[in-house]
Amino acid sequence: MWLRRVGAMALTLLVTSFLVFSSLYLAPGDPVAFLVKGRSPSPDQLAAIRHEYGFDKPFPVRYWDWLTGMLHGDFGQSYQLHASVASVIGSRLPSTLLLVGLSTVLIVVFGVGLGIFGALRKGKGVVVLVTVGAAVPSFTAAIVLRSVFGVRLGWFPTVGTGSGFGDELHHMVLPAVALTITFMALVTRVTRASMLEELGREHVEVVTSRGLSRSTVIRRHVLRNALGPVVTVSGLLISGLLVSTAIVESAFGMNGVGSLLVTSVDHMDFPVVQAIVLLVVATFVVVNTVVDLVYPLIDPRVRAA
Amino acid sequence: MNTLLDIKGLTVAMAGLGRPILDEVSLAVHDGEAVALVGESGSGKSVTARTALGLFPGGATVSGSVVVGGTEVVAAGPGDLRRVRTSVASMIFQDPRAGVNPVRRIGDFLTEPLRRIQGRSKAEATAQALELLGAVGMPDPPRHLRQFPHELSGGMLQRVMIAYALTADPRLLLCDEPTTALDVTTQAEIMAILGRLRRDRGLGILLITHDLDLAASVCDRVYVMYAGRIMEAAPSAALTSVPRHPYTRGLLGSAPPLTGPMPRLAPIPGAPLGLAEAVSGCPFAARCAHVVPGLCDATTPTLERHGDSQVACLRAAELIDETQGEGLR
Repeated sequence: MWLRRVGAMALTLLVTSFLVFSSLYLAPGDPVAFLVKGRSPSPDQLAAIRHEYGFDKPFPVRYWDWLTGMLHGDFGQSYQLHASVASVIGSRLPSTLLLVGLSTVLIVVFGVGLGIFGALRKGKGVVVLVTVGAAVPSFTAAIVLRSVFGVRLGWFPTVGTGSGFGDELHHMVLPAVALTITFMALVTRVTRASMLEELGREHVEVVTSRGLSRSTVIRRHVLRNALGPVVTVSGLLISGLLVSTAIVESAFGMNGVGSLLVTSVDHMDFPVVQAIVLLVVATFVVVNTVVDLVYPLIDPRVRAA
Repeated sequence: MNTLLDIKGLTVAMAGLGRPILDEVSLAVHDGEAVALVGESGSGKSVTARTALGLFPGGATVSGSVVVGGTEVVAAGPGDLRRVRTSVASMIFQDPRAGVNPVRRIGDFLTEPLRRIQGRSKAEATAQALELLGAVGMPDPPRHLRQFPHELSGGMLQRVMIAYALTADPRLLLCDEPTTALDVTTQAEIMAILGRLRRDRGLGILLITHDLDLAASVCDRVYVMYAGRIMEAAPSAALTSVPRHPYTRGLLGSAPPLTGPMPRLAPIPGAPLGLAEAVSGCPFAARCAHVVPGLCDATTPTLERHGDSQVACLRAAELIDETQGEGLR
């Protein structure tokens, strides 16, 4: 069971690594053109550059070199920054992880919380809020949040990453909110729908008719049973956070993995792009495997199947 | 005799419907008595039983009185409702598969009310749950406590539901078609368990069913319901030997006898009255073989005493002579 899952994970990563590697070489443009930066080198010099970076080797060999290099922790050299890809990403990873972590907390706490509130209240307020929230793209949210809470009210810094954990967290608040508004709205919607469905079930009427208090019924029989879809959707959204940081980090001038991805694409810095895309895929695979493993704990009926 | 459940003139109406869901329903269950409430789907029998626990349809207008163990539950506060639900009456539902929380273990399900309502310790609650599972005839109580609902058959789950209802140590057991979702041999076992519990614990039982023969064989008295109204109320023996309401007679005539040659069954023509249809006069008039135009569709009959029975039929007196003359059942 466990072995099969790990095997499936490894196979998924292998297949994606091939797709990632080959798709970038199908992309228009030539990294050599970037490396020579508009100068006009002689054909000999060009050949030398191609040789130095290994562009002259056949495709399968280059893929094999890249793959085996990664297995030894060598993700290649960044064309743009003249440093190893591992160190380039490694130095930016902590601030991005903090952003993703804070966003995860926001999604779970406010998304699920609002969903519960919306399911237990008769009014349509939460539904309206959710519909609006789901429709706001993160770059629009970023502009509005910066002008209102950053510039007008001055509560939060509008740019940069900050130094020291407290200051960093302070810098993260607006980006995290911009990043999560849509995701929170989706989680709220799923939580509310799932709760409402469970509220109408007969087993809820049974425990209510037995005289259990409403809070016990809600907590132990409605929310508990409604968790399945909430966990599945949250898992999908949270594993997608890493990609979405590209927009928000650029909008807030933060030096993270997301903004690195954007500049690397601009500069055809293939080794960096490949490594980040693979990281994103790995996150997806790992988070969804965790969700798969958690699911039988939420619904014991899955265990039998 | 102590009255456990006393429903008087109960009307439950909802905006947008053609007729009330319940219309002037009166019904009583005394200590240790078994009473059946019989009717077709949509007649309001389940709604009636649920009112005894203060479970009214959402948004309904309720008038009349429902007194359970001395407590009025119509417009009752949470405290009174809780008292009724936790110590006077509990309910067994139709489909045990839908009635037990599918993601919790049987042990959690049974000990939850014992611990949270009755305030037992974990060990006491577990011991009592084991005892109750034994009382409803479960073969291996310690193992069942660790099982999930999907690991048990429908009949076994219905026993779990009965055990759950008994955790309240109730005086009144409301049984809402407890055997409808089960196969025939299991039905007999469940009815036997309910009969035994009634004897051993002196429980009052309100049995909701659409099976008039079953109702008459296990209960002391039977109420027959149609379109939200009580049509006939009688002791079981009187109801089956001298059914007085044309609807009761129709129900008896449309079920096959258990012994003897199979006669041609006579179904009641037409379909039960929908909730959207307005009623004037007797709600059964449109399907009744004995209807008198101008009378039955103009005047609403109320329950009148005829012999041992109470009948809501404008022609009850004439029809009794007629049926006895013909020698029908």
